[in-house]
Amino acid sequence: MEPITEIRSRTAVLPLDDVDTDQIIPARFLRTTVREGLGENLFADWRYNSDGEEVASFVLNQPEAQGAQILVAGRNFGCGSSREHAPWALLDHGFRAVISTEIADIFRNNSLKNGFVPVVVDAGIHGWLLENPGVEVSLDVESRSLSLPDGRITEFPLESFSRYCLLNGVDQLGFLLSHAGDISRFESRAGV
Amino acid sequence: MPAKSLFEKVWDQHIVVPESAETPAILYIDLHLLHEVTSPQAFNLLRDAQLKVRRPDLTLSTMDHSTPTIPVGSLQELKVVSEPAAYQQILQMERNCEDFGLELRGMDSDERGIVHVIGPELGATQPGKTIVCGDSHTSTHGALGALAFGIGTTEVAHVLATQCLLQRKPRTFAINLQGGLPSGVTAKDIILAIIGKIGVDGGTGHAIEYRGSAVASLSIDERMTICNMAIEGGARTGMFAPDDATCEYLAGRPLAPRGADWDEALSRWRKLPGDDDARFDKEESIDVSALRPMVTFGTNPGMVIPVDDVIPSPTGSDPGFAKALDYMALEPGRPLAGTPVDVVFIGSCTNSRLSDLRAAAKVMAGRQVAEGVRMLVVPGSAKVKREAEAEGLPAVFESAGAQWREPGCSMCLAMNGDYVPAGKLAVSTSNRNFEGRQGKGARTVLASPLTAAASAISGRISDPRPLVG
Repeated sequence: MEPITEIRSRTAVLPLDDVDTDQIIPARFLRTTVREGLGENLFADWRYNSDGEEVASFVLNQPEAQGAQILVAGRNFGCGSSREHAPWALLDHGFRAVISTEIADIFRNNSLKNGFVPVVVDAGIHGWLLENPGVEVSLDVESRSLSLPDGRITEFPLESFSRYCLLNGVDQLGFLLSHAGDISRFESRAGV
Repeated sequence: MPAKSLFEKVWDQHIVVPESAETPAILYIDLHLLHEVTSPQAFNLLRDAQLKVRRPDLTLSTMDHSTPTIPVGSLQELKVVSEPAAYQQILQMERNCEDFGLELRGMDSDERGIVHVIGPELGATQPGKTIVCGDSHTSTHGALGALAFGIGTTEVAHVLATQCLLQRKPRTFAINLQGGLPSGVTAKDIILAIIGKIGVDGGTGHAIEYRGSAVASLSIDERMTICNMAIEGGARTGMFAPDDATCEYLAGRPLAPRGADWDEALSRWRKLPGDDDARFDKEESIDVSALRPMVTFGTNPGMVIPVDDVIPSPTGSDPGFAKALDYMALEPGRPLAGTPVDVVFIGSCTNSRLSDLRAAAKVMAGRQVAEGVRMLVVPGSAKVKREAEAEGLPAVFESAGAQWREPGCSMCLAMNGDYVPAGKLAVSTSNRNFEGRQGKGARTVLASPLTAAASAISGRISDPRPLVG
């Protein structure tokens, strides 16, 4: 994983609450054994009509959203299934972070394992971002802060170990493997 | 000793390295369930890093999501009936299990089935265990007093390689269930009512523990239905404390402890229920005796009403509500009951156990599926299928005009070729009514097996209570 310190980008805004992982990447695209190439079908059923043509009104198809690396979405983003294909699809499309007032637990975990940054802000900041699509904002992982173009800076929660892993590009599996001795001792103590 | 909840007891027993301000806890996993959809990339990760599976003996593998539900006698037949990508995924699962020395309950196994049905059925799911799977409905196993939750594929690789996970401790949420269920009202209606009350994010960051006077009268199957959908309320998991019913359920199952080990296990399990004065971060109560059969009207499980209520009008400014009703082609202020039905699906890890099939069959017996309605009954496992056949249930369904299928996830998420066509309305015993969940453009109404069966007979969304004696 590449280290991530700062993400500076225009936003794309998807103002719906409870966007579930079946919308982010429908189940029929999970018949894959690799993680690459999912971006093409990100939000497939909102993005394409039944003839496979782009739906012009959907945010990802609008010219101003092209190249945006930060998605602003409604409350409870990423609810539903545990599919890690959801952050894989967002990353493959070019997104690197999502900003919401609430992010579902499993999606948040999966995101952090892949260098996709889940950002929770208060309703005031969120409301402003929803009303001002396409503004350029900056996320700083080191200081756990979001900077808005009007000069406002707000902190967001980021668990310390996840922050460390993002900043240093650390793979969490390596950390677990370094505790092999502790794991063996637990197994003999617990009799498993 | 401070008072502890069931969750806290199980959590504390599995700490390899405690959490600190800097790092999450390292939590030991007693049982890792694998299926073909969320594991391939994890095996690739192990191959790239030249790692082995640390504990094949604590890993239970099957195939359920992309498997066909029409009988296949050979690989060639499987290839013919499956989409190429689904077929490849099935072959890849076989290869991965072989390469990493894992026993696979594969297509030809008489123990195959939906991973959350076979875990308890085999007795692999036990009180006090930590159980994970790359599937959000892993919470199902909490019905037996396990701490069970869904994980992503990177974490699947973590567990394969180390049998451990990095976890911050969730907060605790007690849901007190009081009273007894009225006739025609089921465990599915309890959990739908809970989600309706707390919302689809009411449990975010929490582990739910179901408690209260109603618990003793709920069977293990019913508790599984209730735990299964904890994730639909946003919670990491749902749990019931083990009791006599739990022990009776597990006695004699193939992977349950035997002999002296059984006695030792019983004494361990009896210490698991939460202390009376355990504190929870959040509490909620539901009087189950006041419940009616529940049906969803929108595009998430929190958009739910009693079957004899009218569809509510939007409150607040959420554009999602209008979008959901538009997608469902339903109007606020009108009754949901009576809406014409195209498809009825009985199955999924929520409601595909023998008791669910029996309940549906009781409603269907001597009656006919309404003209124009397609009904699929998909047992949760090969064992459920055998037992249902021994009781003559398929004959009841088939003579009513329904299709009786091979076990698997099937139309719950439409990965295997079983799907609801665009625009059609399905009454489904599954767990998610998200847009497109059962097929692109499919409109899903979640309900109990009783409500689904009653709706199949009338061809309209129907209250099952008049049909249940």
